[in-house]
Amino acid sequence: MHELSICQSLIDQVEGLARDNQAVAVKTIWLQVGPLSGAEIPLLEHAYPLAAVGTVAEDAKLLIESIPVRVRCKTCGEESEASANRLLCGVCNDYHTELISGDEMVLSKLEFDTQTH
Amino acid sequence: MCDTCGCNVTRGNQHLVTGDGKLARTEDGRAAITVLQSLLTENDHQAVHNRQHFDNREILAINLMSSPGAGKTALLEATIEALGDEFSIAVIEGDLETENDAQRIRDKGVPALQISTGSACHLDAHMVHDALHELDLDGIDIVFIENVGNLVCPASFDLGQHRNITLLSVTEGDDKPAKYPVIFRAADLVLLTKADLLAVLDDFDPEKAEQYVRQLASEAPVLQLAARRNVDIDSWLDWLRDEVAEQRKRVKKKLTLRPAIQPEGLILHADHKHDHHLPHSHTHTHHKPHSHS
Repeated sequence: MHELSICQSLIDQVEGLARDNQAVAVKTIWLQVGPLSGAEIPLLEHAYPLAAVGTVAEDAKLLIESIPVRVRCKTCGEESEASANRLLCGVCNDYHTELISGDEMVLSKLEFDTQTH
Repeated sequence: MCDTCGCNVTRGNQHLVTGDGKLARTEDGRAAITVLQSLLTENDHQAVHNRQHFDNREILAINLMSSPGAGKTALLEATIEALGDEFSIAVIEGDLETENDAQRIRDKGVPALQISTGSACHLDAHMVHDALHELDLDGIDIVFIENVGNLVCPASFDLGQHRNITLLSVTEGDDKPAKYPVIFRAADLVLLTKADLLAVLDDFDPEKAEQYVRQLASEAPVLQLAARRNVDIDSWLDWLRDEVAEQRKRVKKKLTLRPAIQPEGLILHADHKHDHHLPHSHTHTHHKPHSHS
């Protein structure tokens, strides 16, 4: 249950960006989270309102994009989709692979108002 | 995650940075910016700072992770017994409550600082930073950070260590690496602990455990030992000696090492440029209250 810590860190970042951009209200926050980040999307969604209360992002919508696990094989060079606990090459089945995506835990985009309506 | 600037560009989101720039207007006139920054940017900055702290003093920092009761403290006790004359060791202990583990280490004549995390399930870089200020690091060769016993949360937080070790006791089941891929994938070394019990356990196959580790695309060595009985600890001690030597070489060359690195972000960075408008605008508060659940 470290997702609350992660959301608190997210809010710190969002508040900094809101200040830098003279935002009065953050409307939407886009995250990208991969299964190998160690964070669970439903738990982030549950923890977010607790971290956001009383901040510029209090009413923001949180949209989390799940990023698939993909690997590139160091042996045959092919790229393929994999699952979090089987990072084998989908073509030749070798375990000498490197992760291309799937460990992201990223604030990708923010949408905000710069004046009160 | 990228060490250089704290941003986090991967194949999955690269299209966002190569788009038309970071600030845009949406259809209803709202402002939108592309950020692409790790959610743990502040922690990661602190971790880089901690690592510099270690490197400046030529210290090797090792993060020990496992479920509760897998034998992290017992491993440290045996290691101090065996190498106490060879290396100066200091220990940072993370637990929800009690000073018990730190006391066990102090009983072996080694400085130990207990971080009581309250309800927090993991250590973060700020907690380790505060602990480092309370430890006398003069002449220390190795700092062990014994993380909170937990196979989930500790894996997501860089503490500033050079190496991660994940312990798996043979009473836990050989499929743990498949069940907890994040923490086993982060390991530079996997130790199968309490291996003397293999003689009486018919449901733990060390080869299978290693296969599950390989399926995480990990080439980390998998070693067996029984620390409390001093059985088979030589390979572990040799690994540690090599790591101390490697750390000294790195420091001389002004290099550092982050555990379980993913080179992909750096490769992508070489291909294009993008703006970082945030990373250095935040403030560091070293004694920030931590309220985790």
